[in-house]
Amino acid sequence: MAELLEQVRAARQAGDYAGLTELVPYARLLGVRFEPAAEAGGDGLRGRLPYRDELVGLPSTGSLHGGLLGAFLEHVAIMQILWNGESRYLPRIVNFHVDYLRRGAPEETFAAAEIRRQGRRIVNVHASAWQGEAQRPVAAARGHFLLTPPEGP
Amino acid sequence: MTSAQEAAAPGREEVQRLFERSPHGALIGLELVDLGGVTLTARVPYSAQLVGNPQTGYLHGGVITTLIDQTSGAAVMLATGAEERIVTLDLRVDHLRAAEAGRDVYARADCYRLAREIAFAWCVAYEDDPERPFATSMSAFMRLREERSHG
Repeated sequence: MAELLEQVRAARQAGDYAGLTELVPYARLLGVRFEPAAEAGGDGLRGRLPYRDELVGLPSTGSLHGGLLGAFLEHVAIMQILWNGESRYLPRIVNFHVDYLRRGAPEETFAAAEIRRQGRRIVNVHASAWQGEAQRPVAAARGHFLLTPPEGP
Repeated sequence: MTSAQEAAAPGREEVQRLFERSPHGALIGLELVDLGGVTLTARVPYSAQLVGNPQTGYLHGGVITTLIDQTSGAAVMLATGAEERIVTLDLRVDHLRAAEAGRDVYARADCYRLAREIAFAWCVAYEDDPERPFATSMSAFMRLREERSHG
């Protein structure tokens, strides 16, 4: 059940940021990469999403799919929670709220997440995605994740 | 049914084009299922490459977000029509429970308020019964129309 938790913990101990991509099939499909967050100077992860045509919403606009930007933010948020390793169970998403701030241009996109509150049962996390300047985000999100054992059916 | 939605779904063709031509939609297998009068239903077939956790087999939440985002946007396009562009302002998804592993996921969306500058949509995501959703969503869209005088 908590295999993913242990795999992320092992990757962290080994400093194996690149290995995080392989752990989640959907992230591998999107091509999400991970690297140390340069500005944090500590423990943060930074997600990187190289541009591909398959990430565009509609050819007539050429912009990145809005749902994809939300998905990227969500994935970086979950991986940051796992990376911090303060939970015995996999985080389960409760809700996620994405603000679309600028057009997602057809270029490489970055994202980082910040844990605003780490409780025993619940985590509040904010995440931001940008292209070029981190100060000019294309999308931002906040969400809650549960850290308790899964419910029965 | 509101009068805004009743107006013969001016964006029908636009919506069909969105689902046929979206490169990212194609990557995750997003397809249009039903284009009713005012609501719209779309689907993502279950696939191992969309899984968020290999141990449980659950689809990644991001797949649900993308399904809901496109279905909600399409419901707004259905109401606004082809000549108008829209952009998503924000989108909130509540995950009521996990979507059952191994099953296709559906979303049904409706543009329930078309105001002068903003359109509001709601959406439910489910496996087979929209009355028993695993996720619900509210979103707002900005209408990018030609500037008109407000006189």
